[in-house]
Formats: sequence, structure tokens, C-alpha cells
Amino acid sequence: MTTDDISKSVRRIDAVSKSNGSIKYMCDYELPDYLWARLVRSSIPRGTIREIHLPDLPEGYRFVSARDIPAGGQNQLSMIANDWRCFADGDVRYVGETIGILCGPDKTVLEDLYEKIKIDYEEAECAVTIDEGLACKGGAFVNGDNIHCRLKLEKGENVDDVFARADKVVEETVETGYQEHVYLETNAAACKKIGSKYQFLASCQCPFYIRKSVAPILGIKPEDIVVQQTTTGGAFGGKEHFPDVLCGPLLLAAYVTGRGVKIVFDREEDIEFSVKRHPSKVVFKTALDRNGDILAMDSKVYYNVGAYLASSFVVLQRGCFHVAGCYEFPSFRTEGFGVATNTFPSCAFRGFGAPQTLFAVETHMCHIAEMYGRDPLELKSKYFIKQGGVTSTNGRVVERVMIPEMLEQVLVASDYCRKAREYKPGSGRGIGISFYNHGGAFTGNGESAIIKARFRLKKYKDGHVELFCGQTEMGQGFHTILPKIAAHVLEIPREMVIFDDPNTDRVPDSGPTAASRSTMIVGYLCEKAAKLAKERYKTEDEFEIETQYEHPEGYPWDQSSFQGYAYIGYGWGVCAVEVEVDPCTGEVTTLGVWSSHDCGRLIDELIVHGQTNGGIMQGLGWASTEVLDNVKGHFKQTSISDYIIPTSMDYPKQECFYVDNPYQWGPSGAKGMGELVFNGSAAAYIDALSRAIGKRISSIPCPTERVMDLMLHGEGLDSALNAAH
Amino acid sequence: MEKTISFKLNGRDVSITRNPLSRLLDVLRDDFGMHGVKEGCSEGECGACSILLNGRMVTPCLIPLGAADGQEIMTVEGISATPEGDCVVQAFADGGAVQCGFCIPGMVVAAYSLLKKNPDPTDEDIRLGISGNLCRCTGYDLIVESIKLAARRGRDLWKK
Ligand code: FES
Ligand code: FES
Repeated sequence: MTTDDISKSVRRIDAVSKSNGSIKYMCDYELPDYLWARLVRSSIPRGTIREIHLPDLPEGYRFVSARDIPAGGQNQLSMIANDWRCFADGDVRYVGETIGILCGPDKTVLEDLYEKIKIDYEEAECAVTIDEGLACKGGAFVNGDNIHCRLKLEKGENVDDVFARADKVVEETVETGYQEHVYLETNAAACKKIGSKYQFLASCQCPFYIRKSVAPILGIKPEDIVVQQTTTGGAFGGKEHFPDVLCGPLLLAAYVTGRGVKIVFDREEDIEFSVKRHPSKVVFKTALDRNGDILAMDSKVYYNVGAYLASSFVVLQRGCFHVAGCYEFPSFRTEGFGVATNTFPSCAFRGFGAPQTLFAVETHMCHIAEMYGRDPLELKSKYFIKQGGVTSTNGRVVERVMIPEMLEQVLVASDYCRKAREYKPGSGRGIGISFYNHGGAFTGNGESAIIKARFRLKKYKDGHVELFCGQTEMGQGFHTILPKIAAHVLEIPREMVIFDDPNTDRVPDSGPTAASRSTMIVGYLCEKAAKLAKERYKTEDEFEIETQYEHPEGYPWDQSSFQGYAYIGYGWGVCAVEVEVDPCTGEVTTLGVWSSHDCGRLIDELIVHGQTNGGIMQGLGWASTEVLDNVKGHFKQTSISDYIIPTSMDYPKQECFYVDNPYQWGPSGAKGMGELVFNGSAAAYIDALSRAIGKRISSIPCPTERVMDLMLHGEGLDSALNAAH
Repeated sequence: MEKTISFKLNGRDVSITRNPLSRLLDVLRDDFGMHGVKEGCSEGECGACSILLNGRMVTPCLIPLGAADGQEIMTVEGISATPEGDCVVQAFADGGAVQCGFCIPGMVVAAYSLLKKNPDPTDEDIRLGISGNLCRCTGYDLIVESIKLAARRGRDLWKK
């Protein structure tokens, strides 16, 4: 079948093999001659290692650590920053920090030996929360002030001048908690030297990241390593950089033992010792006029980065770029701080820093409106940014912003206006609404300056076409979409297009599968290649075409000052949620979820629909039941029975709408959308819930026990926000 | 303490000599190569490992091998080879039920088990039927729709 209408759904190529269980994930590879491995980790959040007591290791078992790194090698994982050590050496900075890797042929024996390893520490006082990090509890351990990274953005008239003449200046702090990815397939990887190269199999998002990150450990070139991605059972950002943390020690173990070595995490290990979404704290200071209209908004954005910076500065930047939400305020300032704590380093999670600040600004806007007895929608509507509007980085919005059209769809479907009027605060029922966006692809000139994506298309004699790039399938549907894009242009059946899981030796580096960039950037490169191939396809037997990313002219960006066009295409969203609260138990029932999204032209209706459903539900979980506490550096919830993600019974069927807004530089007009759909449901849910109970909610998650507590002791919705000092 | 345990696996008689306290999940995966039986949590919470034991859905991550002695086990491999199971698989593929896929074999087992008992389920019945199976990707809506599709398409199959 040729795909004439790009939006028309096709069958996913992996659907049947995933349904009948025949597809192989990392844990399904037998690899009988490989050694099993287990990471030996720090059990304290901060201190020095006095001694490692190993049991007598039988023949064939080996403990590998920093000491085994060969001359010329470096004890580091080269992510975006290079500060995350492959192995703790001398001191430890968080619970779970890798100290060594134990490997051997029998899994049960290995487990037994592992239990017998004893490590003596000299424990030091640790900092766990953002506040403790800022207060340098236990003494600063990063940069003298525990600030890993910072940035500042300003727009319009100086906010301090506006504050001086405003009718009122209010202050509010909005906080969000940790979130665990809970990809259903736990982390797993294997490494073995085959010929002259180290060959990895890994469940991962970014095979090229692994190569680059771990090569310096042996002092070898990335090209001396081959990474083959295996079918990946969910990732959501949790397998963007984190696989490096397994693969570094695996590489050294393979080097030292000369054997193949493999790791498969169990669930408890995966929750306890993996990266999470950054907890955040946003402190707003907002100038208002007599009616409660906004004159200026200032914010300080704090992200709990954990012990190592790794990718977090980029996460913080995205957070700050999104703290103005979908709004254009006359005067704006934000400062972001990545705070060092003795916790597992935080990392990518769907939305990459944007969900925290979007939740914060949406919630703060609601509270301003309610303080003046206004409907939040009415206040928010006054500030919607439009095409040509000036963004927080003093660039402009390039595309048409269809929020009014999207809002209309959601209002009609949800009956928001009537419900907002009729459900009185505290009546036990509430409806809430949120607006959000997501800048597509890497920030600013990142795509052209850093990523420089390359893509290759090859035509074979028999008419088949093969696509080569590093983009991974992790559930989002990209391995169906990309062949669809090529087939659509070439007007050939999709079955004629081959696209395999990437192997770094076979494909050009097209950049990571992250930042909602795959369809928008790599899909576009594919479309371009297919267009170039179209004429030749009919006349030539065999040929190859390479395309490379080119940044559209006229949208400058300065990475040193963070000024200019941070993104040239955004996804946009509107979400409404209706809830009912049991007055006796605080239990919340969600009655309806409505959304509308602009992700350009839909690249495949069913795939987009599935992404929307899943993203919205992850956001609802983040807002409600997904409580993850860190006590003295240890995560308290370590299993799926303690860490509660949504089940099929928790939320009603969603109603999803889209607007058609083709994007000039996307394949058939498509933009990124995988993260966008996560970004707004939490704020809509909390807005609805706070109206239903008549109480202000300024932090998430908000599970039943907290709802109960707020009903009894919370601050009323109409109470005044604190005056700023 | 090894013992020979015999059971029916996907319609075939099999036997194995092992510690009867070994996890049934490991035996199915490692000894019989039933890799469609996925391990998502190891504590009976996620449903990824779901199989049918004498027609009842159970989680073999919590079941000792000994409990299978003399019983009948169907895994997703066996189920998807039946006309009813294939009907579920095809409906999942057409209905957009599948994303990362790791929960999906368990979901197929749950859907099959539900439709066998209740060929004409309501949305509520379906949501209840898969409530022991966690999915982190899909938000469940398209899985529910796909199960409805399987019920519709397989009308006669399920009523047999
Ligand atoms: S692995 Fe058995 S229920 Fe999760
Ligand atoms: S499809 Fe990924 S967990 Fe269900």
C-alpha cells in the first residue's frame, strides 16, 4: 500500500511481533558464554570509602573498579558534562554510586558473593533537598556553593522598576517532586570484544551517546566501539544518558576479563538506582495592577540536579525557556539554578525540564486569578502569545499559534464554561484547564552547531530502499513513521522500505532520539533524501543519498547569552480535566479528560493518538499518585507496589482533538509531539482538584492523603497570596 | 531436592527436573524459551508475565514450578497460535494498542482470558479485565478499543 494521505494510520511494523511475544528485548538474548554482572554501589549518600572487603572470589569471578582503568583511560562518563565518574574513587557522593562491577559465570553464585561484599565508609553529612543543597548542608561539594549551573533571562522593561510602581507584588512558591520513568522493560546491556572492537547490545535511546560516553574509559576512540540497539521496552528519557552508567563498567569488565559481560536490572534495582525527573521549586514574584492583571513576572527556578551535572544544564535551560508558558508578559525575568545534592543525578524525562516550569506558571496564574475572584481561563486568555510574539529569550514565535481554535474544541467538548460557573469552589466537583507548549528539537543552534544530523538512504537493485540513521524505536512509533515518510514521497509501498534498529557501525549519526526531534528533524532529512531519490529511483539500479541538517536562515541564536530563537517550531496544547472528590475520604475520581494539540500535520493519526493518551496519563500520575520520597539519600519507594502508576481503572477514556497547522520544516508538515503531550495534564488536574476542594494546591504530587489534609487544613482559593518583600 | 515436574505447555506434554521451588517464570523463559513471558516487576504487580494456568490468568513470577505439576499452561506463544489468540493479536495491531510492547504479551493473555469468559464485554469489563496489567506507554485507551475490536471481529470465535 502506498501512503497517499500521510495522516492516515498504517499498521505499526512491530505490532504483531510485540503482541505474540516473538520480538526480542535485551533480556531475551541468551548469550550463554557471557558473564553475568552486578554493579556494586555506595550505600551512603556522602563520605569516604575506607575499605572494600571482598569475599574470596572463586575462579572466574572478578571485581572490577576504578583501579582497573588502564593507563590513558579516564574515570568518567562523557555525557553533556563530563563530571559523572564511571566509578566512585576515594569518596562517594550519592546512594547508588557505582563503586565496582562484580562479574562471573553463575548468576546465583554471583548474587551470593555480592551479598558478602562489605564496604566501610566514613560517612559525612549529606544534602538531599533543594534547600539543603542551597544551604550547603555538610559543606559545599560543587563549585563552592553547590550551584552546578545557572542562567538568567530578561525581557521588556526591568522588572524591578515595574515592581516599584505596581499596585501589588505577590510571591508564591510552586514545587514538583521526583518522577520515576517505570519503562516496563528494565535497563539491560551487554558488552564483548569481537575482533578489534567492543560490541554492545543495549536497551537504549541513543546508541551514539553510549559510544562517545564510555570510550574515554579505555582511552579508545568512539569508533572502536559498536553499539547495537535492542528492541527497547519504553524509555521516556530514562534511557537517554543512563545506559552509559551501566555500559561504562561493562566496557571495563569486558576489557579486564576478556569475556562478554551482561547486566539485566531487576525492578527494585531499576527504581532505586536510576535517574529521575528533577524535583523543582519555582519562586515567583509577580507585579499586578488593581484588577489583578499581570504587569511583570519574575521567577527563580531551582532544579535538584543531584551529585553530578551530566545533562542537567540543558534541562534547566529548557525549564527557564518554558517558564513563561504560552504567555507574553510585558516584563519578564527568570533565573535558573541547578542545585547539587547528594542524590542520584537527575536526568532526562519526557519534557526535559519544561513540565516543571509549565506546571508552575499555570498554577501560579490560577492562584492570581482566584485571589481576585476571576476565572483562571479569563486571566490566562489575556496573555496568549501569538505569531510574531516575543519569547522569553527575545526571539519570536515563527508559526501561527492556534490556541484560540484549540481552546474552542476543548471548551465545546468539556462544557468548561458551564461547569466552571456551576461547580462552586469546595463543592466536591471541579473542572480545570491548562495551556502549554514544547519547543521542538535541540535549543537554539544546537541542531546545527552540536548535533549536525546526517541521514542516508540507499536504493537496492530489487527496488527496496533502506534508511540509515541512529533513531531508535522505544515505543513511540518512529520505526513505522520513517519508512512511511519515505514511501509517501517515493510513492512505493511501505513494505519496500527497510529500517532496522540502529547499529553505530552501519548508520550515520543523526543525533539522539530525544527532544521530540526525530520526526521533525530526522524525518525531514528523510523526506529530503526521498525527494532527491525520486527521479533516480525509476532509472537507477543502486545508489545512495546523504542529507545533512541545515538550519533555516534568519533565526539567530546566541548560546552564550541564551538570546534569540530558542525554537523555531513549538507544539501547543490545551487540556481540561474534571474531577469529583469524596468529601469523607479525599479520594479523587477523574470524570473527564479533554485535550487539543497542535503538532503540525499528524504524521499518523493512531500513533499520535496513542502518544497523546500515554503522555497525558503520565502527567496525571505525576500530579497525583506518583509519590517518590528521598530520605537521607535513599529513595523510599522501590517497587511498583509502592510507586503507584496509573492502571486501566484510574482515568476515563480521553477525548483528543488536533488542529492542522503544517510546519514549514517538518516532513509533510509534522512537528515533534512526544513530550508536548506530557506537559499540561498535571496543571489541569490540579486546577480541577483545587477548585473541587476549594483549597490552593501549590505542589505535586497530591495523593489522596494530601487531598484529605488540604481539605482540613489548606488555604482557601480566594485567600491572598503573600505580599513580596 | 530436584524433582521431575510434568505439565502441558501450549498443548504439548513437557517435563523437567528441577528444584520445584524455582520460579515458574524462570523455567518458562530459560528452559522452555518462552520469551514472550516478560518479567516487569517480579512481584505479581505488573502483569507482564501473565500466563494461563488451567485457563486462569496467573503471574508466574510468584509461582513455584511445583505448582505446575500435572497442570495445563498456556503462554502468549501458545495463545497467539490459536484462532482466538490471533484475532486478539491482529486487533491489537490494527487498533494501535502497541507501543513499546513490553506489557503487550501480558495484555494479549488478559484480553484472551477475558473474551473467553465474556465475549461481549463493556468498556468497564475490559478495564477491569486488564486492571492487573500495567502499561506505561499507551494510557490504555487504545488497548481497550482494540479488545473491543477483537470482540466484534471474533464474534463467532469467542462464542464457540
Ligand atoms: S513480572 Fe510477574 S507480575 Fe510483574
Ligand atoms: S506498550 Fe509499553 S508498557 Fe505497554
